[in-house]
Order: sequence, then structure tokens, then C-alpha cells
Amino acid sequence: MDVVIIDTSCANLSSLKFGIERLGYKVSVTDNGEQIRAADKVFLPGVGAAGAAMEIIENKQIPQLVRELTQPVLGICLGMQLMTEFSAEGNVACLNLIPGQVNPIKADGLRLPHMGWNTLSEIKDCPIFEGIGKQDYFYFVHSLCVAPSEFTIATCEYGQTFSASLNKDNFYGVQFHPERSGKPGARVIQNFLEMKS
Amino acid sequence: MLARRIIPCLDVRDGKVVKGVKFRNHEIIGDIVPLAEKYAEMGADELVFYDITASSDSRVVDKAWVTRIAEKIDIPFCVAGGIKTIEDARIILEMGADKISINSPALANPKLISELNKRFGQQCVVVGIDSFFNKETGQYEVYQFTGDEKRTQKTAWTTMDWIKKVQEMGAGEIVLNCMNQDGVRQGYDIEQLKLARAVCTVPLIASGGAGAIEHFIDVFQQADVDGALAASVFHKAVIAMDELKQTLINNNVEIRPC
Repeated sequence: MDVVIIDTSCANLSSLKFGIERLGYKVSVTDNGEQIRAADKVFLPGVGAAGAAMEIIENKQIPQLVRELTQPVLGICLGMQLMTEFSAEGNVACLNLIPGQVNPIKADGLRLPHMGWNTLSEIKDCPIFEGIGKQDYFYFVHSLCVAPSEFTIATCEYGQTFSASLNKDNFYGVQFHPERSGKPGARVIQNFLEMKS
Repeated sequence: MLARRIIPCLDVRDGKVVKGVKFRNHEIIGDIVPLAEKYAEMGADELVFYDITASSDSRVVDKAWVTRIAEKIDIPFCVAGGIKTIEDARIILEMGADKISINSPALANPKLISELNKRFGQQCVVVGIDSFFNKETGQYEVYQFTGDEKRTQKTAWTTMDWIKKVQEMGAGEIVLNCMNQDGVRQGYDIEQLKLARAVCTVPLIASGGAGAIEHFIDVFQQADVDGALAASVFHKAVIAMDELKQTLINNNVEIRPC
């Protein structure tokens, strides 16, 4: 299987790469359009600020490329947020692959960022969550979130209910870091890789 | 619900994990990667690696071990020590660390915190604070260069003012090392951590003093910290991770089970 991580020039690309490799898959990190289009599975990683990240990927002409992909694409953390229409972090237009907007978490006196291990409160029947239950903890690090919508396939609670995972067509996103979420996280990555296109 | 974190801390000197008492007299505990793997498997929620020599002797430290850790473990980890510039941080994060922690360099140049925040996001900027209670003044005071006895010095900052300042500058998390308690296993400095909690709106990690399971219960229940960091109790197997976590769960502390 041909697995690709889109090189968004954000930090932490290698932790995702290692997470995939630990499952026994080969993976390349690239911003080469041809290679990305030819892949069976594509990861869109990201950490940092949405404004800066959009600028970087626009310079690499990644947005148009990603919009045209038909194979499964998994956005992680900021990568998931970039899949929506708009982020309040820097007031930037995002990739518009999944309806929704990114706004600050209404933490209601709780500490921000939402940092650490949290459980999922609702999990829809979706191949990427096969074998995952409400007792499983995932590692989250973020201050902004996407409100639940019809495209939400898992939710999490921290001050408010927000989308822990999104899906529309071939585009999937997770707000948590599966590559840093122990065995349940590895299972999500594996589910995505084994999912039929 | 968001779980409280148990964070083993591995002090690194010359590529080995070491442990000192009150920041002194370091003894070698073992190799970095096998220890990191062991703690991850035992159920640690996060790991912190402090390169304790880096800040104090201004060497460029070989951080190749960061990549080796990132390859092996599937929980988040933070690297501290010797990170003075955006470029230093970029290298560490690209090697696979989830967060970087700065201490003395932040005191020398508080703007570094905002620069790191802007470039990499708030979530990966941790500020470590070494705080010592001065009995004469009755104040908690911030120290720097604590990795080297000869260079350790008091700064002009009181701990609470510095906590406020680093948050203004964009820190995403604060690790408060209570130096009076470090390595002596008499319990976390609950009084100081309560004061810190009152002025800290980002995640706060307690450090220094863990010696028994009750100390963890106390620090979560009384000081409301987000995580508790400890070294010697884990290195010397004084506390077993599974027993610690189960006891915390039994005491209604939200914890990710082993």
C-alpha cells in the first residue's frame, strides 16, 4: 500500500511517520503532487496556528491538490481543522472539504489549551472507530475546536461538546493525536489504513 | 473527562538518565530509550526529558536520542534543556518531540516564549520554573542555571510574578519545580502549588517531592494541578505505576487506567 504524509512543513511530521511505521507500513513524507495523487491513503498533519499553516500550504499549492483527491485522506489535529471552511485562528479561509468552522473552545473557566488524555463521548459507527469504545483515552492538544454537526463522527467534552472526529465523503479528520494516543490511537491509524477506499 | 497526567521525568546527562538529590550528586539510572519505552508501557501519560547540563554550560547538545525516543514510544513527550532559539526548538520538534520546555533562556529573554508560541503554537511551549522558598523574605523566588551548582543563581523574579509573566508571553503549560522539595520524597509543595494554581490559567504541572502514592492524591485533590511529575519514585520502583493509577482512580481522581 502506498501511504503518504503531506509535507505541510509543520513540526511533528516525524512523530506521525513513526506512528505509521510502528504498524509495519512504509510511508513517505512529500509535497510532490504526483506522488500524493497516486497514494492509496493520505495524511494531512498539522500543529501550530491555522493562519501560518494555510499560508505554507498555499505556497506549496496544496489546497487545490487536496480538494481533488478521491482516496481516503485523514487530517490530524490542525490538519482536521484545516479541512473545514474557516478558522477563527487568524480569520482564515480553510480547505472547505467538510462544512464547519473552527472557533475557540468555550472552556467555561477550565484551563486552556485542552491538553491531555480525554475520552470520546459519542462514537458513530464508522470504520475508523472500529474496536474503539468510550473507555478509550486519546491525547488532545488544542485551544480551538469544531462544533458538532451532521459530519461529526465522534465527540469529546471539555467545557463544551466538540467534534473529536469529522467525516465527509473521502475526507476524515481527528482532533486528537492518534500517533501519541497509545494503543487506541494506533488502532485508529490502522483502521484508516485498512479501510477500503 | 480530561484525565490528570502522571509524568515520569528523566534527567539526561551525557546521553544517560541520571538522578540527583536537590539537583546535586547525580547517579546514573540507565539508558534513555529503554527507560522511555518501559515507562510508556507501564502507563505513563507523558514523559519529560531534561538535559540538565545544557543550559548551564552553553554547549550545543547532541539530541539524536530525541528521534530514537519518537520512533519507539506512542505517548507524548517533552524535551527541555539548552533550547535558546527558534531554530533549536524547530530541530527538536522535527525530531519528533511534542513539546519543548524552556527555563533559563526564558528568564534571559522572555520574548523567546512569544516567538516560540507564534512559530509553533501555544500547545508546544512549556515553561519550566525552578522555585525556592526563601525563609528570610517569606517569598518564593525563581532560580536559574540549576543544572550546575556553581552557576545556580537567584533571579529578580518572585515565582508568582514570573508565572503571570510567562502566561502573558504565551506559554502553553507551566512546570513548577519546587526546589525545597526536590528529590527528598516528602510530598509536593501543596501550599506553593495552590498559590501557583490561583494565578495559572494554562495547564500546571507539579514537580518535586513525590515519595508516596498519597502525595499524588494530595497534589491533585488539594492543589488541583493538571499533572504530577516525578522521577526517583519511578526510577527506584518505590511506586508502581499501576498501583498509583488504580489508587488515584479509587480516590475519584480522573486518571487514564494503565
